[in-house]
Amino acid sequence: MLEIQNVSKTFHPGTPNEVRSLRAVNLKLATGSWVIIIGTNGSGKSTLLNAVAGTFLVDEGRLELAGRDVTGWPEHARAQLIGRVFQNPFSGTSPSLTIQENLSLAARRGQRRGLGWGLKESLVGRMRDEVARLNMGLEDRLGNAIGSLSGGQRQALTLLMATWLRPELLLLDEHTAALDPKSADLVIALTEHVVTRDKLTTLMVTHSMQQAASLGDRLVMMHRGQIIHDFEGAEKRRLRPDDLLARFEDIRRAEQLDESAAEMLAEQYV
Amino acid sequence: MSLLIGTFTIGCILSLLALGVFISFRIFAFPDITADGSVTLGAAVAATLMVHGTSPPLASLAAFAAGMLAGTTTGTLYTRFKINSLLSGILVMTALYSINLHIMGKSNVPLLSVKTLVTQSEQIGVRLLGGATSFSLLGWEVSVRDASVLSAVALAVILTGTLLYLFLRTNLGMAMRATGDNVQMIRALGVNDANMIIFGVAISNGFVALSGALLAQYQGFADVGMGIGMVVWGLASVIIGEALVGTNQLGLTIIGAVMGSVLFRLLVAVALRWGLSPNDLKLITAGFVFCALIVPQFLRKKRLGSAHA
Repeated sequence: MLEIQNVSKTFHPGTPNEVRSLRAVNLKLATGSWVIIIGTNGSGKSTLLNAVAGTFLVDEGRLELAGRDVTGWPEHARAQLIGRVFQNPFSGTSPSLTIQENLSLAARRGQRRGLGWGLKESLVGRMRDEVARLNMGLEDRLGNAIGSLSGGQRQALTLLMATWLRPELLLLDEHTAALDPKSADLVIALTEHVVTRDKLTTLMVTHSMQQAASLGDRLVMMHRGQIIHDFEGAEKRRLRPDDLLARFEDIRRAEQLDESAAEMLAEQYV
Repeated sequence: MSLLIGTFTIGCILSLLALGVFISFRIFAFPDITADGSVTLGAAVAATLMVHGTSPPLASLAAFAAGMLAGTTTGTLYTRFKINSLLSGILVMTALYSINLHIMGKSNVPLLSVKTLVTQSEQIGVRLLGGATSFSLLGWEVSVRDASVLSAVALAVILTGTLLYLFLRTNLGMAMRATGDNVQMIRALGVNDANMIIFGVAISNGFVALSGALLAQYQGFADVGMGIGMVVWGLASVIIGEALVGTNQLGLTIIGAVMGSVLFRLLVAVALRWGLSPNDLKLITAGFVFCALIVPQFLRKKRLGSAHA
């Protein structure tokens, strides 16, 4: 389904701010699989998602999605294959447009937009049903501007929008990180429901060890722009949050060792 | 009375300009200075065509198209060549000055002996009222000519405003509104935001040029300097309109922009009547927009300050 081959990306190359965010990353997702990505700050997990989404073009490597080479496709062209939910709950919706206008924009993701009437009767009917299923009481407020809703409500709607037309790939970028615990639980339950119902191929970045352990059928761990662990099948199912924390502790220790070793060498030789 | 009707007429004509500015500034948050040049461009194209015998409606339509072309240029400079939005507008506006002179062949084209939309609507009005030259309205003596021009312009504005409203609710129009609202989201939904901006700025300048074309026909000449300060004028109208309707509901904001334009023209007419020198008009307009921009900030700060105390 999704194949990431040797993808590298360096930001601000040749300057003091140079960051090698992705270093020859390889990842292959089977159709219908749900892959969780975790990693330390700056490990490149969100960058990887953005590379797939086309927020920027990669320096090296190849991206293949649903049998098509999308490496050179601009972001808006890839959108016909990809549904996305962002970390910032305000990023996925247009605040001054109403709920139904936002949904009707999503109902034409990746399609031509002409002079057809945006809010067709049949579409609004389906909206009412789908929004009612969110159990947020929003179905009676479809005409309200989305900017008046809470972060949790907007994120739930963004998820609905991203999956309104079944995407070949769903990208979730820490989509509950900015929500309060109750809203986060709600959005996660919704995510689980949609992904399993539609058997969506999903790539999800999270910082929550709880989510990482309980969701998905595969987990990759990133560090410094590379994938350092890849758990699948039974191994993934056995993982507990504590196991993951232990892995992070390993990384931290290894880093400390590097630093102290460097210090020692500096003392001896400089 | 004639003065009042004239004021309303110009207010209506300039409300097309306000709608254009509303599209670029409010829907796209794109500070488009091109409008200063597009007003004149529309006037120049329409006037020149009419002097050469083109029918007035066709000439006005051509002005709209010319404005769209100017807007497309600005939008392209901004999106494809990544030139700062203000600078893109300034470049095109500056270039338009020469282009307008070329179109007109001189700095001023009189339309006094030419058939225009204004003379046409006057004729229609006179014919409808069976040849009378004036009628009385609430005790006022109203010239049929003035009244028919105002009705024609008001009709045109209502028609254009409705079309704009309907357009902004189509799939394409909604994508354009969302582009100005949240670029990240609209890209993720598969819309080429650069195209949306180019198209939006094009429509905006089409409206502005049409407004210029009508203004030239109303005042009876096109002049190379008539566009100076028009962006600020349009912005003032939009701001007044927002204050009048006090909501961001689409239909109401469009009505607000039109009402704002008429009201602003009225205020200006009153000020001129009271002895304001026409030379100070642009200064006052700029000062007004300045106040309208900072007063909300000031109020917010004050409210925060009292909340802390």
